[in-house]
Amino acid sequence: MSERVDTSSREPVALAPAIGQTPNRARILARLRSRPTARGAAIMLAILVAAALFAPFLAPQDPYDLAALSIFDNRLAPGAQSMDGAVYWLGTDSQGRDMLSAILYGLRISLVVGLSATAAAATIGTLMGLLAAYVGGLVETAIMRVVDFILGFPTILVALILLSAIGRGVDKVILAIVIVQWAQYARIMRGSVLVETRKEYVEAARNFAIPGWRIMLVHLLPNALAPILVVATVQVASAIMLESTLSFLGVGVPITEPSLGLLIASGFEYLLSGEYWISFFPGLALVVLVFSINLVGDRLRESIDPRRR
Amino acid sequence: MTPILEARSLVKRFSRKPDIAMRLLALAGRPVDRRTVHAVEDVDLAVAPGEVVGLVGESGCGKSTLGRALAGLHPPTSGEVVYRGKPVRELTKAERLAYTLEVQLVFQDPYASLNPRRTVRQIVGEALGVHRLAPRGEIAERVEAALAEVGLDASYASRYPHEFSGGQRQRIGIARALAVDPRFLVCDEPVAALDVSVQAQVVNLFMDLRETRGLTYLFISHDLGLVRHICDRVAIMYLGRIVEEGPAQALFSDPQHPYTAALVAEIPDVRRRKRRFTPIAGEIPSPMAPPPGCAFHPRCPHAMPVCRETRPALAPVAAGRQAACHLHTAPGASPAAISTTVGVPAP
Amino acid sequence: MTPLPADPSRPLLEVRGLRTVFHTLAGAYPAVDGVDLSIARGEVVGLVGESGSGKSVTGFSLMRLVDPPGEIVAGEVLFEGRDLLSLPESEMRAIRGDRIAMIFQDPLMTLNPVLTIGEQMIEAVTEHHGVGERAARARAVEALGQVGIASAAERLRQYPHEFSGGMRQRVAIATAMLNEPDLIIADEPTTALDVTIQGQILHEMQTLCEASGTALLWITHDLGVVAELADRICVMYSGRIVETGSADAVLDAPRHPYTAGLLGSVPSVNAPGTRLHQIDGAAPPLSARPTGCPFRTRCGNVLPVCAEIDPPLVGPVPGRGWRCHNPMPERDAA
Repeated sequence: MSERVDTSSREPVALAPAIGQTPNRARILARLRSRPTARGAAIMLAILVAAALFAPFLAPQDPYDLAALSIFDNRLAPGAQSMDGAVYWLGTDSQGRDMLSAILYGLRISLVVGLSATAAAATIGTLMGLLAAYVGGLVETAIMRVVDFILGFPTILVALILLSAIGRGVDKVILAIVIVQWAQYARIMRGSVLVETRKEYVEAARNFAIPGWRIMLVHLLPNALAPILVVATVQVASAIMLESTLSFLGVGVPITEPSLGLLIASGFEYLLSGEYWISFFPGLALVVLVFSINLVGDRLRESIDPRRR
Repeated sequence: MTPILEARSLVKRFSRKPDIAMRLLALAGRPVDRRTVHAVEDVDLAVAPGEVVGLVGESGCGKSTLGRALAGLHPPTSGEVVYRGKPVRELTKAERLAYTLEVQLVFQDPYASLNPRRTVRQIVGEALGVHRLAPRGEIAERVEAALAEVGLDASYASRYPHEFSGGQRQRIGIARALAVDPRFLVCDEPVAALDVSVQAQVVNLFMDLRETRGLTYLFISHDLGLVRHICDRVAIMYLGRIVEEGPAQALFSDPQHPYTAALVAEIPDVRRRKRRFTPIAGEIPSPMAPPPGCAFHPRCPHAMPVCRETRPALAPVAAGRQAACHLHTAPGASPAAISTTVGVPAP
Repeated sequence: MTPLPADPSRPLLEVRGLRTVFHTLAGAYPAVDGVDLSIARGEVVGLVGESGSGKSVTGFSLMRLVDPPGEIVAGEVLFEGRDLLSLPESEMRAIRGDRIAMIFQDPLMTLNPVLTIGEQMIEAVTEHHGVGERAARARAVEALGQVGIASAAERLRQYPHEFSGGMRQRVAIATAMLNEPDLIIADEPTTALDVTIQGQILHEMQTLCEASGTALLWITHDLGVVAELADRICVMYSGRIVETGSADAVLDAPRHPYTAGLLGSVPSVNAPGTRLHQIDGAAPPLSARPTGCPFRTRCGNVLPVCAEIDPPLVGPVPGRGWRCHNPMPERDAA
């Protein structure tokens, strides 16, 4: 009996609203700051994003400018000097391209693809989930069966088939990622909206004959959005991974706009001959990027979900 | 006088629609779980303009469902809601909007009933803007007037619900209803979630609004002391049906149904000390499987064989009073026994 | 543990200067702020207060069940003369559920959903007493029978979710009564129940406690229930007991304006159809309590001194007192 009595924490939870008057946002930020790993990850992420953003100013070389490349500098080891005296800190690839510059620009493409695919998938999925949950009936059945169908296949397989049909290109990779990822948002949003719909403020709005579209967009959407935001941070990482995988497999971005995945692929054939750096450094950048996004996302989830505090 | 709002043979049942998985299992031979909740069963209730009618019952008796059906939130399964003499389903679009706005709800939960992401101004003024009930420029003014009417300062309009206490939030909910100039308030346990010292404030507000606005109320509550205090007439519900109905003072001082008698005996009273609790036995049956005959018979100390078979109809028992109990009609039974409902030792 | 011989000159439980704070980012706020309380053997004491008054935290503090960010920072809880607050956790565990039991508003709080109630009740007996499972089972069946649960032996094999709300509360009460404790702390045990079920539970608690001589601390916001049940009443506001005395004295001749206000707002003491007497405002949050008397911002009897000096507990006799500089006029208890 006594064991059972003192296991759960009840009263502090019940009292929390009376004490914790700190606004939500400030509390979430405070929690984010209070974890050293999450803080480290957030700083790392900020550095990577800044590096991608300012790549044209940071990169010693414009990797797209074929005139700036010297084929004589090809496959130089990290730290080697070029013909004209500059140091290639991360070595060069088979075209004589500076790897550091290539990674900075590759990071840009990976981030653009990850962020825009996630934004589009989250928007579409959120609206679909909202519609399914609020309208119900046939609309719900139709949307949710499509969702079940998409989620029933391995993501990479669906994306591969799509891209082999529509061809390569940054925009096409984004489209493929959106098609495979919106379903997950739709499912989460539907659950979240169903919970909100049962609350009395929605009944009140209906009792004022507020039109359905307005109930959905003004009342339900903002209140059901929290889990979507959390999932979206983690999904950015998986979108980047997916893009890299597709590019590595040769169906992703074109060779003229190399992303991290394509850089890894381009160094792959030299890996066994000891010229590890062409694949290794882009790979390392990818791992650090995905890892820091996931850590930040996990912490964000913990701060929003009160049960995991 | 024409009643302002009326339920006629109103029935509301909730049944679970079988989904695909259940239909597949049904093909494989598993019986489909078609349980139906009989929330409201054949209820007639009329509220005259200016009246305060109390609707009393325990959890699952259907009182909230009846209130929401009257406010137009639940379309009835059968029977009808009649607004100012006209069935709601025959109203024109414009009349329907007028009915929806004139019959307003006040909710139990002051936390769930306000959208946490909207300011008080947006909450109270929303319907005014959406339905163009006031010119854009006047909405702020109307909101402030509604807030003033419920005793809240106009400066609160730009704040969010979480900045208020439970009692203040309930006032915001009332202001939201008042903004559209209602005639009828359906109050669903409006003070049950409030602190004792705040309950009286909100009850007084309702009584003041009755004076100043001539509002009509359906006051849904399980708190009999409160209902006795503010209501003119009271209907007692048990498992979806009205079992007794009549003027408040008469109904409480001389119950004509054993269930009413049991409820009245359980009203906690600060003037009573060291009471010997001799409660009515048994539990409330599930509304998914109401007992045959009189739904109250498994708990009723006066149950007769007829009670197990035939459901008693709600019938007049005295001037302005109705009750659904065989003790009033069965040969050889005496309604006088009702007053002894409680005090009989529990089995 | 064998119960110590009862000393009639000493109260069963005596609380002195209990103070429990909640730590927040902005500082530590006292939820219980210097509570004194005593309960005699077999006595029924009602602890009345609104949400945030600290009444529940007081109950948890007596059982030493305050979890972080809460912390008991001062005071003594003397149970038969021993200070529970200074006992090692192992000895406290032996007292909890054996000599002092607790019942909550939500019985699912104490019932484990994946164990049958039989397993839980039997464990509750064998944990404290060196008896076999057969004897423990017999005791469980007996206890369930005492709270009006029919075919108890079969119901022992059921899980908590198979019981209705009222039945679950009965199981919780039966579990609390298993070891015939000296004191039961009941925290709003009937608030979530329907009135007819509440009547049944009150009846069973009353009968059981009288039969076994168990004292009862009944924590509630409902003055009506307390009036009908309690020997003595303590009214809590903002973490303090602002008025205490026999049920008759507190209810018929309240001296603290808060108690008087609460009683005046009860519908049955007002003429039908009239406005109720009301206390204006709302209880201040833990983080923004006024200086001096915490009730002064809502009080009709307020004096300048109320803002400066927190009124001490005063009263004519031990066991009767109020914390007010300007109390209500004296009246005779009925």
